[in-house]
Amino acid sequence: MATENVRTHAIDMDSILRGQAKPRSQQETCIKIENLKLFYGDKQALHGINMEMPRKRVTAYIGPSGCGKSTLLRCINRMNDLVDNVRIEGKILLENEDIYNKSVNVAALRRRVGMVFQKPNPFPKSIFENVAYGLRIQGINDKRTLDETVENALRGAAIWDEVKDRLNDNALGLSGGQQQRLVIARAIAIEPEVLLLDEPASALDPISTLKIEELINELKEKYTIVIVTHNMQQAARVSDYTAFMYMGELIEMGHTSELFTNPKKKQTEDYITGRYG
Amino acid sequence: MDNSKIGQHISGQFNKELEDIRNNVLTMGGLVEQQIEKAVEAFMTGDMEMAELVIKQDNQVDALEMLIDQECMQILALRQPAAFDLRLLITVIKTINELERVGDMAERIAEMAIRLSDTDGNKHEQYYELQHMADLVRDMLHGALDAFARMSIENVTAITGRDEDVDREYGSIIRQLITRMMEDPRNITRTLDVLWTARALERIGDHSVNICENVIYMVKGEDVRHMTQAELEKKIKG
Repeated sequence: MATENVRTHAIDMDSILRGQAKPRSQQETCIKIENLKLFYGDKQALHGINMEMPRKRVTAYIGPSGCGKSTLLRCINRMNDLVDNVRIEGKILLENEDIYNKSVNVAALRRRVGMVFQKPNPFPKSIFENVAYGLRIQGINDKRTLDETVENALRGAAIWDEVKDRLNDNALGLSGGQQQRLVIARAIAIEPEVLLLDEPASALDPISTLKIEELINELKEKYTIVIVTHNMQQAARVSDYTAFMYMGELIEMGHTSELFTNPKKKQTEDYITGRYG
Repeated sequence: MDNSKIGQHISGQFNKELEDIRNNVLTMGGLVEQQIEKAVEAFMTGDMEMAELVIKQDNQVDALEMLIDQECMQILALRQPAAFDLRLLITVIKTINELERVGDMAERIAEMAIRLSDTDGNKHEQYYELQHMADLVRDMLHGALDAFARMSIENVTAITGRDEDVDREYGSIIRQLITRMMEDPRNITRTLDVLWTARALERIGDHSVNICENVIYMVKGEDVRHMTQAELEKKIKG
């Protein structure tokens, strides 16, 4: 019998070093923002933002309150259209199509770009109906399709095991962390391309927060994710790219590991290390 | 001294913690410098009391290393530092390790001083060739600690450049010692002890270079280990 010595295999230094330096420039752009300006009445909230967000990666927006990060996030699925007095200039290209083009169907856009907010907002319906809701309004009523999609979405949101025995209970009876994962399940049930997360864990306890972060890590296999967070360590943990915004401007965007160890701009450094700006 | 890199946090307590760590590193550095000075003097003059003092005081260096390690760990766990703060702590953790090793080298030199004085009484005037090398490496260590204290990389390439001089000196000492051993085999035991001492001094030069590299990482965020002197100079200018 041949005895295998596990230590005899040659160390493949090349592949180790390659693994450390992942090819970075080859990632394809999913969302491209070009010279985006946004005005609330006379007040300008975004000053000519330019950035590219790669497909199936997590991009985090960080910055102090009022810096425009949530405003920017909301532009990506045109949530700001619902606000009075808003004027937007510039372009946002989703897979090379300008989402602010007049021919764009906003409802269809929001199916492609799902959103989850800070406070979990499940509908006052059963757990099952919450997730099935998006499908039903698309006209899908076939029970088998619904069952299958709801289960997949709940599994995808890492909450299936906790709710599988009580799918018909009211969703409002779930804990905050469970509600937030249910809302994520609702968002992914309609298979969007992009997920926008606006402070998804800031109302949750640390364990639920970690579950959401773990979930984000799994979801990026399938979706392009943009997350706004006040918690810098969270941005550092979950994102591949981080954009630091200040007073409506994009100050610096880069690989998360670089931005948090060796930022290029002093303003970024001051913010992430908690210094006076 | 430029403290602006450490001060200015919104949390005054954090400023204080980082300032404490920096001061402790400088205290440890000062202690290690003293240890080398005393060890070399004991070696040159055969002052046994001083040699024994050096050996006794090494535990102070060790205690400081553990204390600073503990302080760094606290900050890493509780404050999740980023950017310069993170690089500062990584640099401190590595630098105190280097300093602790330098302390061990001083202890070794003191031990050799005692052994040599046991074997050949007062022939210490023969070791004058080590004096120059000792001066060189003490300057290097002093410069490296100075760069750390100022958080400045202005003079670091001058320090790392001197390591070549130290290596050359070390080579020439080895040649002299080999000659001495060939002249009279009865010298071998003694000469080996001198060689160990030269080796310890040479290592202090290497540790000083490592500290300089750590300081460059802290200030510039670039890993410059394992570079040649020419590459290093280019990197600093660029």
